[in-house]
Amino acid sequence: MRFFRVALLVLKKDFAIELKSYEILSTTLFFAVSCVAIFSFAFVKDGQAPVDAAAGILWIAIAFSGTLALGRTFERERYGETLKALLLAPAPRPAIYLGKLLGIVTLLFATEIIVVPMVAFLFSAPFFERPLLLVALLGLGTVGYAAVGTLFAAMLVRARTRDVMLPILLYPITIPVIIAGVRGTSALLASPVDEPVAMLWIGLLSFFDVVFVTLSLWTFEPLMTE
Amino acid sequence: MTFDFDRVELTDLSRHFGRRKAVARVSLAMHAGDIVGLLGPNGAGKSTLLGMLATLVAPTTGALTYGGKRIGEVGEGIRGRIGVLAHELHLYPELTARQNLEFFARLHGLADVEALVDTALEQANLADRGEDQVSSFSRGMRQRLALERCLLHRPRLVLLDEPFTGLDDRAVRLVADRLKRVAAEGAIIVLATHDLDVADGLITRMAVVRSGRLLCDVAASAGIRQQYRALVESV
Repeated sequence: MRFFRVALLVLKKDFAIELKSYEILSTTLFFAVSCVAIFSFAFVKDGQAPVDAAAGILWIAIAFSGTLALGRTFERERYGETLKALLLAPAPRPAIYLGKLLGIVTLLFATEIIVVPMVAFLFSAPFFERPLLLVALLGLGTVGYAAVGTLFAAMLVRARTRDVMLPILLYPITIPVIIAGVRGTSALLASPVDEPVAMLWIGLLSFFDVVFVTLSLWTFEPLMTE
Repeated sequence: MTFDFDRVELTDLSRHFGRRKAVARVSLAMHAGDIVGLLGPNGAGKSTLLGMLATLVAPTTGALTYGGKRIGEVGEGIRGRIGVLAHELHLYPELTARQNLEFFARLHGLADVEALVDTALEQANLADRGEDQVSSFSRGMRQRLALERCLLHRPRLVLLDEPFTGLDDRAVRLVADRLKRVAAEGAIIVLATHDLDVADGLITRMAVVRSGRLLCDVAASAGIRQQYRALVESV
């Protein structure tokens, strides 16, 4: 129980800080919305968007804005070396990781609430024909991406080149998650909806999530000890 | 139940970063009530030693024991008996002083958090500023708050890295008195500082390190500056 209490405490603290400024939410959202808007200017001609483009653009917006959110969230912990203070507490260190992960996931969900309808509208994408499958794809994809991202962002807090290193480390490792997210979302946009293919990618995303979250929880403590 | 101890021992403790020896074969024993001044020039290995004592840096070789037990034997509970105040203050500037203290008290699993926080704010002379954001505080106010954050869980081992930075003369005296009281209650205080004037009369033992090696570990007496200069410049 202490494990989850600590995770929730860290999450609550991150919310309390974010509510003072809305700094990370606003920059993440602005970046994601700008990204989608620029793609729509480039690809939508005469009100017609290329088939399947919506799925890729949605996941690009999520991945790139996610990297921004990860960097900003841990930049806060770097200032005043508060991450060190968290690690010094007599609490399970993986619980601190989980708290940070929940914060990032919540932030990305908030971004997706705005970005998904925007992509659906600008690219005439029928995202909401199978809403539960869409929620499963987005939820699992976001957790998988954030699980790896949170671990790397925490590891890189002390590195001078953290802003360069985070995407270099993060994107190659999360490629399976991005591919599964894009292919699964494309299956939802097919006419008729290709439900078995979407389910296959959801299954794969679940597997990636289990592997990434387990590995991250397992390696967080040794990786955070110098 | 949190593990408790009354002595900390370093035996041939070393930490290498690649080929660089940040700390080399340091042996030192500290007991309850000691205020150990960890002195030495820049880059001597003081912060690495503090990092190892705080369980944040793993030793390359040697043994570090708390009450005779290694870190692996006592688990994460040992961190509940260690308090750290580093040069960076471990405070969230966006949160109020009260929110900061409450967060760290809950993270340490302390009971009766509100009363503890009220007492800590009074000790820091910030009782009337509890609801203000830390970002609005002066360096001295932050430093006092950070010290109380570090002492909130009544640690047995208190590790301080330049705790007097940015404090005015009165605040230095208040902090020094507070540290003496904490040591008198049975804590082991390790104080890394370059401020030898403040250390004079505060520390009970002087451990001088240079190039990662322990040059001496002696009882502190009046005139620390002369002792220190004689040691560092003669070796």
